[in-house]
Amino acid sequence: MTHQISSDDVAQLATLSAISVSDAETEALRDDIANILGYIEQLSELDTTGVEPTYQVTGLQNVFRDDEIMDQTVSSETILAGAPESDEHQFKVPKVL
Amino acid sequence: MAGYIDGLVQDVRSGKTTARALVEQALEKAKETESYHALLSLTAERALERADAIDQTIAGGKAPGRLAGVPFVVKDNFLAFGAPTTAASKMLEHYDAPLQATAVEKLEAEGAICIGKANLDAFAHGGSTENSAYGVTMNAHDTTKVAGGSSGGSAVVTALDVVPFALGTDTGGSIRQPASFNGVYGMKPTYGMISRYGVVAMASGTDVIGCFAKDAADIALVTDVMAGQDWRDMTTLPDFFAPQDTVPEKLRIGVVKDMMTDDVDASVRQATEAYVGRLEAAGHVVDYVDMPIVKHTLAMYYIIVPAEVSSNLARYDGVRYGLRAEGVKTLAELYGKSRSEGFVTENKRRIMIGSFVLSSGYYDAYYNQAQKARTLLIEAYNKLFESHDVLISPTAPTTAFGIGENTDDPIKMYLSDVMTVPASLAGLPALNVPAGEDTSGLPIGVQLTGPQKSDALLIALAQSMEEK
Repeated sequence: MTHQISSDDVAQLATLSAISVSDAETEALRDDIANILGYIEQLSELDTTGVEPTYQVTGLQNVFRDDEIMDQTVSSETILAGAPESDEHQFKVPKVL
Repeated sequence: MAGYIDGLVQDVRSGKTTARALVEQALEKAKETESYHALLSLTAERALERADAIDQTIAGGKAPGRLAGVPFVVKDNFLAFGAPTTAASKMLEHYDAPLQATAVEKLEAEGAICIGKANLDAFAHGGSTENSAYGVTMNAHDTTKVAGGSSGGSAVVTALDVVPFALGTDTGGSIRQPASFNGVYGMKPTYGMISRYGVVAMASGTDVIGCFAKDAADIALVTDVMAGQDWRDMTTLPDFFAPQDTVPEKLRIGVVKDMMTDDVDASVRQATEAYVGRLEAAGHVVDYVDMPIVKHTLAMYYIIVPAEVSSNLARYDGVRYGLRAEGVKTLAELYGKSRSEGFVTENKRRIMIGSFVLSSGYYDAYYNQAQKARTLLIEAYNKLFESHDVLISPTAPTTAFGIGENTDDPIKMYLSDVMTVPASLAGLPALNVPAGEDTSGLPIGVQLTGPQKSDALLIALAQSMEEK
């Protein structure tokens, strides 16, 4: 079973995913994604009428802790040291506007 | 019952050997087995410093911890000091962790010493370690075969006796399947039992961390050290894990028929039946059970997990850390090109499938349908656990496949997870136990699965069978 998916659909998914893909990559991804969607579509055969979805398996709900500053934190200097580019204690990105 | 690691620790504490000697030995072994490409980096300098500190602690008459001097390896998606944490991706090629994972910290607090970081499928996406951006890891028993994955490197270093234990992560089988392919124990604990803080997230709804080792007692010891609640991972449960020395005399064990079909290699079915025969001989009560929902679980998994992957991997944007593409003019270009260069093809496939199943118009048909189907899977397990203590099946439908054999067909690759994803989606503990080999000498593993929090029982059962 294969799902109908066009190169434009793939381009749209790439945009949603914020990944640049070349034309050659688009072709390959289109075939792979069509096959994967074709496979996972079998789930529509399963009757789930009236079944509640499960998003969390151990039943934990809100977990609270005391509103205190914890000792194990990482300094902003350490974090910024890992950034590709930073300036005046901030992450630097290309001009947006 | 004491395992191999306990013996090592006794030797370190009694002065029969030293932490330094164990670390040097492990580093030596790592170099000898370099051709398997199981490790991406060694953390030799830091490891030797830590070894000397532990030897001094012992010389000073102080307690050095339950894992004093024991060398180990982490999968390279654990934040750990001493070498970059790459997740086997170009995205994190030069990423030096600003902190260590809770699991690593807990092991170090008991005197264990990390000596290196193991190869994996980039961002843990895969079942063969062929998706690593740094090359394939070879199987410990046959270098033309895959290591399995995604924790392939960790399984191989354990099988080759480089270290007595290694850490992995398991989202849909990434510990159990490579353990099966390399003939070692591999434990996927109950969801929430061990903190995942400081581990590169893949799919937070099923990600767990666990260990590989050569005997069940070692699995129990290492798991015991790592288990427990952590305020930095709010999904962790209060500590419930307590290793047990004995198992009840007559456990009710169900063989999952739907995981013993003709799609499973005959040698794998035979090995599973032989293990089942030994369980019966040991006095346990075994029967065959139906679980028809099993045939749908891989489809559920490949909807839910890519959805979570697309969300979790959104953080890799080339801004705060990781790879940033050169020569870009706009912010959108920076995101797009950095992600294009930093991810391997399988990462892109999963992110895009995730974007698809979460898009408006498809959300109910795919994502929500999968989460409803997951409820049916959990109900099926609950029903079986009313009359059974443990379920057994093969861990994988085949022994290790050839390198390159499945790389052109993602679906074929995904099918090697078919036995392991059900426990992941239900948050259940599951343990790979070595159970013989096929006619070419490739290891076969069986999978023991129990209700949530039955981790200690599964390990104790496996251990009781070692002695028989």
